[in-house]
Amino acid sequence: MEGTGHAVCLGPDIDTDLIIAGRYLRTKDRSVWAEHVLEDLDPALAPRLRRAVIIAGRNMGCGSSREQAPVALREAGVIAVIAPSFARIFFRNAINVGLPAIECDGIPCTDGEPVSFSLDEGWVEAAGIRYPARPLSGRMQEILDAGGLVNYWREKE
Amino acid sequence: MTTLSERILDAPAGEYVDCMVDRAFAHDGTGVLALEAFREMGRAMPAYPERISILFDHLAPANNSQTATLQAELREFSLECGLHFSDVGEGICHQLMSEGRVLPGEIVVGADSHSCTAGALGAFATGVGATDMAAIWAGGSTWFRVPETTGIHLEGNLSGAAEAKDLALTYVGRLGMDGATYRALEFTGDGAASIVMDGRLTLANMAIEAGAKTGLFYADAVTRQYLAGYGHDVAMQVPEDPDYAEDVTIDLGDVVPVLAVPHRVDTVEEVTRYEGTTLDQVFVGTCTNGRYSDIKRFAALIHGQKVKTRTIVVPASRDVLLRAGRTGVLTGLIESGCIIGSPGCGPCLGMHMGVLGEGEVALSTANRNFKNRMGVGAEYYLGSVATAAASALAGEIRSPEVL
Ligand code: SF4
Repeated sequence: MEGTGHAVCLGPDIDTDLIIAGRYLRTKDRSVWAEHVLEDLDPALAPRLRRAVIIAGRNMGCGSSREQAPVALREAGVIAVIAPSFARIFFRNAINVGLPAIECDGIPCTDGEPVSFSLDEGWVEAAGIRYPARPLSGRMQEILDAGGLVNYWREKE
Repeated sequence: MTTLSERILDAPAGEYVDCMVDRAFAHDGTGVLALEAFREMGRAMPAYPERISILFDHLAPANNSQTATLQAELREFSLECGLHFSDVGEGICHQLMSEGRVLPGEIVVGADSHSCTAGALGAFATGVGATDMAAIWAGGSTWFRVPETTGIHLEGNLSGAAEAKDLALTYVGRLGMDGATYRALEFTGDGAASIVMDGRLTLANMAIEAGAKTGLFYADAVTRQYLAGYGHDVAMQVPEDPDYAEDVTIDLGDVVPVLAVPHRVDTVEEVTRYEGTTLDQVFVGTCTNGRYSDIKRFAALIHGQKVKTRTIVVPASRDVLLRAGRTGVLTGLIESGCIIGSPGCGPCLGMHMGVLGEGEVALSTANRNFKNRMGVGAEYYLGSVATAAASALAGEIRSPEVL
């Protein structure tokens, strides 16, 4: 899997309450989550997420198990989330809903600049420099390649 | 030698394993999404219905008709499939699982981040998201990366007004919010043995706040006695000089009443530094501190006095509520001016009753103080039951050392 998008820079310890607040969880309507994603961090962010690659700080997605967090990012148009480290439930959830989560250290982030990634070859490229990305486990790669865990299970049939 | 996680998952740290799950549970929040994913997977009936629990706690009773409708669908599914179903008012999933539904050595997966709570019983208990849960319903198993372990060696005894919650906040503050990411915690030492089960549940509950997959206690005499109360006769687990990725030692005698100050759970400071901060609300409850011993201690500390701020007490389960009723604890709380909520998560996640207003300040016995979680524009501090009692009586933050 590979892609290119424009960078959206976030800090460390972005928690799932910040990604999608509890007050928007009373529905199964994904467009509501996409509309309010990251609202408590910066209400102006959501419209900028179309074809975005999020470059976050460490411990991305800490907090609750709410899967609406990666779904909200995906639905808002985010094509990948890159961070030096992820909270493990968020990491699993992102892959399970087909949103690439890429562990990669030390990428400089400039909002709006192009960022490319290749999971197959294991790199992220920003400002003309390639940074090695940690490979996904075999299982996670299979799930992501299937487009998420639901499809993975459908294909198993 | 092997850690408890390695023993239970039967593989060395770093390896990926597929494991059958002994017990899987979801609540009304995550269960709704899991059901949707399960149906999208083309499934109608879980593979091992007898291993699955659905427990309504997050918005319980429902706050509006939209929620009630979602709950009705999940309720119907649970009953039709013969799952263990716990309806609104029964209590918080983690509390109900720890009331005799989890045994040492089991693999327990919950669709909630605080599923690590049951690690207190010597189970490998961890949280996943909704789609992972749907896959467990479908096939009965899931994959794990066997975690490395941070050993938390506890020495001595808690003293003065400090309680297990202060120790929990202390270790989270020491490790930091991502200090144990991808790892498990193991609590060992004489100090661990000295902590009663309710305290262990509080400590294991907060493992996720340091990013850990689970927080484990070895089953010992305390565990045996606790589970005997639910009719289980369990074997002990003895540490075999485990190899830890990191060792942390905490002398319990050094632990003092502390708070996690807004908005980070790892910004942990002594309560005395914040004394005098006016409070609009005190909240006692949650999967961290809503057990009977917590409610009883809170009631004893405020006994015969009136609270000076809005004080909401939410028992973690119906059993806790029943015991509080039988022993007169409940009457005392009501006489002191407390508001009693029905068993469940209550205001913890800011979705229904007890939500804070803009600019309001609260003290809560919960585990998480993320910005806006308990109310947009509100601030809240996390502290122990004793700190909550002293502060409720004062209407402002107060160290429990005065009580
Ligand atoms: S009490 Fe709070 S932390 Fe515990 S399960 Fe409920 S919402 Fe989550």
